Amino acid sequence: MKRLFIVLGLMFMTATGAQAAVEVQQVTSPGGIRAWLVEERSIPFTALEIRFRGGTALDAPDKRGAINLMMATLEEGAGDLDAQGFAQAREALAASFRFNVYDDTTTISARFLTENRDQAMALLKTAIMQPHFDQVAIDRVRGQVQSIIRSDTQNPSRIGGSAFDEMVWGDHPYASSGNGTLESVTSLTRDDILDAYKRVFALDRVYVSAVGDIGADELGLLLDDLLGDVAMATTPLAPRATYQLEKGVTVIPFETPQSVALFGHAGITRDDPDFMATYLLNEVFGGGGFESRLMQEVREKRGLTYGVSTFLMPMESGELIMGQVRSDNARMGESIDVIRAEWAKIAQIGLSEKELEDAKTYLTGAYALRFDGNAPIARIMVGMQMADLPVDYIRTRNDQIRALTLADVNRVAVRIYQPDQLHFVIVGHPDGIETSN
Amino acid sequence: MTRLIAILLALLPLTQQASAAEVTTFTLNNGMDVVVLEDHRAQVVVHMVWYRVGAADEPPGKSGIAHFLEHLLFKGTDDLGPGELSATVTRNGGSDNAFTSWDYTAYFQRVASDRLDLMMLMEADRMRDLEMSINDVTTERKVVLEERATRVDSDPGSLFREQRGAAQYLNHPYGIPIIGWRHEMEQLNRDDAFAFYQKYYAPNNAILIVAGDVSPQQVRELAQKHYGPLAPTPDLPVRSRPQEPPHLSQRRMSLSDQRIAQPYVSRSYLAPERDSGDQFKAARLKMLATVLGGSNATSVLGRKLQFESNKAIYVAASYDGVSLDDTTFGLVIVPPPDVSLQEAETALDTAIAEFIQEGVDPDQFARIKMQLRASQIYAEDNIESLAQQYGAALTSGLTVQDIDAWPDLLQSITAEDVIDAAREIFDLNNAVTGWAMPPATAEGDK
Repeated sequence: MKRLFIVLGLMFMTATGAQAAVEVQQVTSPGGIRAWLVEERSIPFTALEIRFRGGTALDAPDKRGAINLMMATLEEGAGDLDAQGFAQAREALAASFRFNVYDDTTTISARFLTENRDQAMALLKTAIMQPHFDQVAIDRVRGQVQSIIRSDTQNPSRIGGSAFDEMVWGDHPYASSGNGTLESVTSLTRDDILDAYKRVFALDRVYVSAVGDIGADELGLLLDDLLGDVAMATTPLAPRATYQLEKGVTVIPFETPQSVALFGHAGITRDDPDFMATYLLNEVFGGGGFESRLMQEVREKRGLTYGVSTFLMPMESGELIMGQVRSDNARMGESIDVIRAEWAKIAQIGLSEKELEDAKTYLTGAYALRFDGNAPIARIMVGMQMADLPVDYIRTRNDQIRALTLADVNRVAVRIYQPDQLHFVIVGHPDGIETSN
Repeated sequence: MTRLIAILLALLPLTQQASAAEVTTFTLNNGMDVVVLEDHRAQVVVHMVWYRVGAADEPPGKSGIAHFLEHLLFKGTDDLGPGELSATVTRNGGSDNAFTSWDYTAYFQRVASDRLDLMMLMEADRMRDLEMSINDVTTERKVVLEERATRVDSDPGSLFREQRGAAQYLNHPYGIPIIGWRHEMEQLNRDDAFAFYQKYYAPNNAILIVAGDVSPQQVRELAQKHYGPLAPTPDLPVRSRPQEPPHLSQRRMSLSDQRIAQPYVSRSYLAPERDSGDQFKAARLKMLATVLGGSNATSVLGRKLQFESNKAIYVAASYDGVSLDDTTFGLVIVPPPDVSLQEAETALDTAIAEFIQEGVDPDQFARIKMQLRASQIYAEDNIESLAQQYGAALTSGLTVQDIDAWPDLLQSITAEDVIDAAREIFDLNNAVTGWAMPPATAEGDK
């Protein structure tokens, strides 16, 4: 196979790659609820994604964890059914409902068969509109949440993440886990749960997408019935968060053979004109895959870690660019030195023309590969709506990436990467590293 | 509450049913099996090569070599430089990776369907023409040691599972961790890797699976072009591992680790796996696991221990019959703070004894069968997951006919079959009971 190189060269010059070929319909229900729909009739089920803007950051003061506990208790009894009755009814329909909440978003993900769609939606509606929040259910789920909180206290990655958030965000809700603390969760009452429900379920903050065996008219009627009675928002969204961390190193002693380091500094908003360039930069620097600079330098060349990565966190009220690495205590110092050097290098020199072109080829080729199932497409579309992106973004997004010039990207590299702002939080006993400014 | 408790995730393989989607199979002249799963909804294809070799096929004293070799397959060939395969996949907008189990080693790329030719070109190249420098081997050994530290040494739940597996198997290499024991991993070298590679990496020991926007005819032509010319290995060893003797004594273990914030009890029983043409016992166990622990609110253990008695904040039963040799049936109970591990274990045993007396609730059984039927519909939405199931089954001694027969076999299992299975499986002589807890409570029973 000695001719492989020539063939490779030709292949990626000439191939065109996949195009994201979904046909999005913008639906407005008779009652005024807007949704994006992709009709996909080949499999007799529908994936429905419902999101409310506003998540655990809307917890009331001193009630940290209330919204999380409320969402976890939502299907533990609703309408005429107790917790077990609700689960039995859902299982008999072979439907799946998932209720989750993040810092800025409250989510309901449903999957249901065409053959019993009306019954599945009637059942889901009881969870949304008539949850019982019985004391016994609250207490049972509280025990599960407390178990998770206890486990997180011994998880080095969680310990580091919590410490980082706390130092970065001061008294903003982002500074603490949305799960709450053992103390705050212990003291939550049923009234707190009822209050938490009102904070996040708001019709004027809802975003919907559906993909599957359903038409626009059917979807409109379904949404009016399912969500039409949800109240309007009463709780203001979280205020702007201020980044408060200075450069330095924070070591949190923890008995483990391998330290975990989280690192980063302030980031960039999703609607910033430089966001796309930053996204590309991060892909080259520490994004997924083996090809990133950090994976090459820290893992492939030196064997210092199994995994190192960086990621952008453009949240509603504050932004970070962050990364994580795990190395044996004896070698964490070297990993950090390499990461610091790379951080400085990308800020000073930026990308090469070849790195830019390779990243463009990757990002434009990989985009279509995300659209590979009803549920993934539904999640992409609801995310686009929340980010205020137009429907035709699916078609124009790759053009935006192709349009980035080396000058653009390297100007943004100087703006984004701030080696003198970098803070490392290290959990473990890293050799020769101490807390410092 | 749908969120699982993190420490328990790996105890619970969530197996879906393979669907009735269109599947085409054929075999190349050199013995390489080919499976094509068509899904034309997106211009995406998953290209996988599965080798019928895994950690349980390693020579004694070389634990971790199958997985280490998997890493080294990315270090170049006579035609590809170190890392060039992954770099080429990335430049083409795709992603690639690999994974190793006890029974298989698999490599895959996920790309636009018009890049399949290129993927096959490169994957065929590294089946026979691997090259790797001493330097790359030394560096990569550090990487797999860091991987062990990340996946196992940093996670007391993983350490617990590793110890439990070692106690479960008296003779079979399933008792040895896939990633390897650290002291043996440290000694693995380039010669070990090459010896393993040359023995097992051959077209007649491999299965090609292509899933997505592709026709069987296209796959046949491309596979013939790229994999067809590869020479088979004539003296491929028969897969025969040391088997388990009768287990005559129950085993009990306890692991105390400061990092275990949430104590729990786990029990695993040696269990029969799915055998080709003989999957009935496995089907009974699959249904038993679902009846006992398939859902927190409605399963037997969830109902009795979480709802009626408050002895658990989480409870589960698990069984995955896809395995070349004897596998395990697992139970786990996580008690609330005011219930000791001994109380939790007793409550678990009592609940199972009651279940065998009471029998299967017919309504619950009907709901489970409805969900199994629906899972075949939902499975069609994720062709990649379907491809994984085919790969795992076909490298674990099953055939496409066995995979096709499985859903109907599950539907045919009766309530009496489930109780029979429970009477047979719950024999403490076959079991390892483990307590995981922090040191402060190691002396007492909490």
